[in-house]
Amino acid sequence: MTRMLLAALVVALAVVAPAAASEQNPTLPELERELICPTCHELLAASTSPIAERMRAFIRARISAGDTKSEIKAKLVDQFGESVLAAPPKSGFNLLAWVLPLAGIVLAAGVVGYLAYRWSRGRRDEEEAAGPSGNGRFALDAERERRLDEELARYDA
Amino acid sequence: MPGRLRIALQAAAVLVVALLLALLGWQVFQKDDAPDLGRPAPNFTLPHLTSDQDVSLASFRGKVVVLNFWASWCGPCKDEAPLLESAWNRYKDQGVVVLGVDAQDFDVDAQRFVDRAGITYPIVRDKHGSTLGHYGVTGFPETWFVDRQGRLVGEHVAGPLTEEDLERNIRIALAEPA
Repeated sequence: MTRMLLAALVVALAVVAPAAASEQNPTLPELERELICPTCHELLAASTSPIAERMRAFIRARISAGDTKSEIKAKLVDQFGESVLAAPPKSGFNLLAWVLPLAGIVLAAGVVGYLAYRWSRGRRDEEEAAGPSGNGRFALDAERERRLDEELARYDA
Repeated sequence: MPGRLRIALQAAAVLVVALLLALLGWQVFQKDDAPDLGRPAPNFTLPHLTSDQDVSLASFRGKVVVLNFWASWCGPCKDEAPLLESAWNRYKDQGVVVLGVDAQDFDVDAQRFVDRAGITYPIVRDKHGSTLGHYGVTGFPETWFVDRQGRLVGEHVAGPLTEEDLERNIRIALAEPA
């Protein structure tokens, strides 16, 4: 039990520690991947527009001044609006953009699982309804029995 | 599958498809087209660049408005600013206002631009670019002319203005009935 808790703690630290480091000491490349150029609507990393160059200069200056990643993003949102963020913030109405895809995946998995269950149960019911023959195997219906006999007779001949 | 559940699932699927189609239609009809000349200029209320006061286009009703969209990083905007300043000084006594709309820009850069160019006409800050779609602005600079009744008149100049463009369109706007 103690080992499991220790392992969980190690995993949690492995996930949280880099995120915290990134928040406290952001780099230009990672911010470039999380921001959009307001004029060309491309990721900042891919944009060479004048405002993108200006935004990079702003980000470099704010990193040098010791701003956290959230602070830099907040300052850019103040200047250009939320559309400057590559991913919508996880709050308010924008939370829907995060929750709906997950809810859709869960719902779709549920529907597929239910349909698969119904389908497999339906087949089993059919087989059980047919009942086993004298040799323990499931009996064929009359039409299949007739066709099988015909095939075997043709084979023997 | 029970009949009722099947119908519910089918209805849900149809609803999802209908919603997606509605969203697509809304997106198509929301595209940022330039407004028609002769139509009322889309109104807006935006903060003044250098003060906390809000400025609305409607507050200039009764005056001719030269509506200029610009940004500090735009090269042609630098060339155009002296022409606009000159027109503002020349025509303001005749009821003409030059109104600059700065968008997709940093506050500090816009302020520096205004100081360097010696601009004295009013400038508003459209931080979120909300007016750009309504005026079909696809780049900077772009200029519209609004007559005293608040209608778009003359030409929509997409690109840098010349002195002739300014003169001609201000005269057209002034000639419209008040």
